[in-house]
Amino acid sequence: MRNVRVKGAGLGLAAWLAGIVFFLPLAWMALTSFHSEEDAATNPPSLAASLTLDGYRDFFGAGGGASPWPSLVNSTVASVVSTLCVLVLALPAAYALSIRPVKKWTDVLFFFLSTKMLPVVAGLLPLYLFARNTGLLDNIWLLVILYTSMNLPIAVWMMQSFLAEVPKAVIEAAQIDGARLPTILARVVAPIALPGIAATSLICFIFSWNELLFARVLTGVVAQTAPVFLTGFITSQGLFLAKVCAASLVISLPVLAAGFAAQDKLVQGLSLGAVK
Amino acid sequence: MTATATSTAPVTHARVPAPGAPGRLRAWATRAPLLPALVFMVAVTQLPFVATLVISFFDWNALYPDARGFAGFANYSEVLTDPDLRKSVLTTILLTASVVLASLVIGLGLALLLDRRFKGRGFVRTLLIAPFLLVPVAAALLWKHVLYNPEYGLFNGLLHWAGGDSAPQPDWISHTPLLAIEASLVWQWTPFMMLILLAGLQSRDTELIEAARMDGASDWQVFRHLTLPHLRRYLELGALLGSIYIVQNFDAVFTLTSGGLGTANLPYTVYQSFYQAHENGLASAAGVLVVIGSLIIATFALRVVSSLFREEASRA
Repeated sequence: MRNVRVKGAGLGLAAWLAGIVFFLPLAWMALTSFHSEEDAATNPPSLAASLTLDGYRDFFGAGGGASPWPSLVNSTVASVVSTLCVLVLALPAAYALSIRPVKKWTDVLFFFLSTKMLPVVAGLLPLYLFARNTGLLDNIWLLVILYTSMNLPIAVWMMQSFLAEVPKAVIEAAQIDGARLPTILARVVAPIALPGIAATSLICFIFSWNELLFARVLTGVVAQTAPVFLTGFITSQGLFLAKVCAASLVISLPVLAAGFAAQDKLVQGLSLGAVK
Repeated sequence: MTATATSTAPVTHARVPAPGAPGRLRAWATRAPLLPALVFMVAVTQLPFVATLVISFFDWNALYPDARGFAGFANYSEVLTDPDLRKSVLTTILLTASVVLASLVIGLGLALLLDRRFKGRGFVRTLLIAPFLLVPVAAALLWKHVLYNPEYGLFNGLLHWAGGDSAPQPDWISHTPLLAIEASLVWQWTPFMMLILLAGLQSRDTELIEAARMDGASDWQVFRHLTLPHLRRYLELGALLGSIYIVQNFDAVFTLTSGGLGTANLPYTVYQSFYQAHENGLASAAGVLVVIGSLIIATFALRVVSSLFREEASRA
């Protein structure tokens, strides 16, 4: 028995160790972001250097560089609006695929999934030419449309599975009691499906916020998003480590928050609803 | 569907009574909520691909628009014979396969560790998920500047710490560029694999495992004969979804090496050949090749998803 307990403790320790190893780069990045540029660029690293907010001040434009605010606003618009569009399109579709399913609804579901398997580069050039000829280049609304299409299949799949969890018997009982469709949706379906819908929205938000290739090709100065702003740090610019860390953290913050909030449904979203 | 169509259709359709006008109306009312999403998807994803397909058969450099002309399969033979492009096909396969395999194996180990009860399990899980929740460009910047930098990166700093002044200080990205990209991607994708496999582990039949243990099965025997067969489809799913996402990777290649040092994969090559070289025809042909590659993976992925899907449906 003692042997088993020692082994259990050892495996628990191994799990902790693995967690720390995986988290270490992130923790180091967070620490570096609070160091001065001189302390950030020492070898061997200086762990106990004094902390400062200079990296963050510098990132937000105190050092005279480009301000990140326009790109943060663009990213927010693109992510939030595209997520809303996804909800408006996906909810009725998911309804027609679960609660009152159309004929051959699985085929339709798999059509949505198959569009997700089409790589971004498959349509990138025509979209670029289209945008250039119609004056939509460097326009945030083009990204809104593309991000909607990027996330719609995932959202349809996830919401279909959440709406399918609503017991048919409850809906039928409400119908017999004479409840109309809006009442059924608000009183019966929404309470059960709402947590899932919220998680779906968060996952769509994450994917839109992270996207680089479309944004890089289709936006320029005006509509650039936060990841495009980050690509400005690809080439070294002297001592800029603290600033890079601050920038990466600030821009990742919404994703970290949304991701932890949706933790439990994250797998379901990423596996396109196949794993619950 | 009209009456004549029903009579010629196979018998399976016969169970639906021939719908009259009100029936047809109701069928459309059922379909209506689906249509906006369907039309939107076809317009935004399928049409551009058709355009790519058409452009791929043209000799078209955006800098010489007058010289545009039909080229047949010339772009494809150029893509497939051009050493740089062929190398990028190889790089894509190598990058995808190694990252998927490594993160799957490490993810399996982590999932097994996390499947047991221990103090602070939820917290460790959160620590492990964190890398996946970094914006991909930010993660790549972290690896490039904060970890790999030969002068003040953390890796060389740790080497310096451990080995003193004579410690080796390699230039990670220049020496092993592809490995450098792979390591950063494995770090980001291992949590994804872990999450899928953990879900798989937690859907195991615990009674069956208890029974096996009662009969004196060892940990290894339980893992080999019960856990692994059960996990097989979750492993497949992780591998296929991982492949679909990583085959398309652009962010890490763009950020860490800008496609240099032999690390350009197909998405980067497509980007570069039209965005910088303005070779529209060539870029489209390369794009179509990426699609064909993805379709091969996707066919398998769809099969796995649909079998899991049917299993879930029958359980419900």
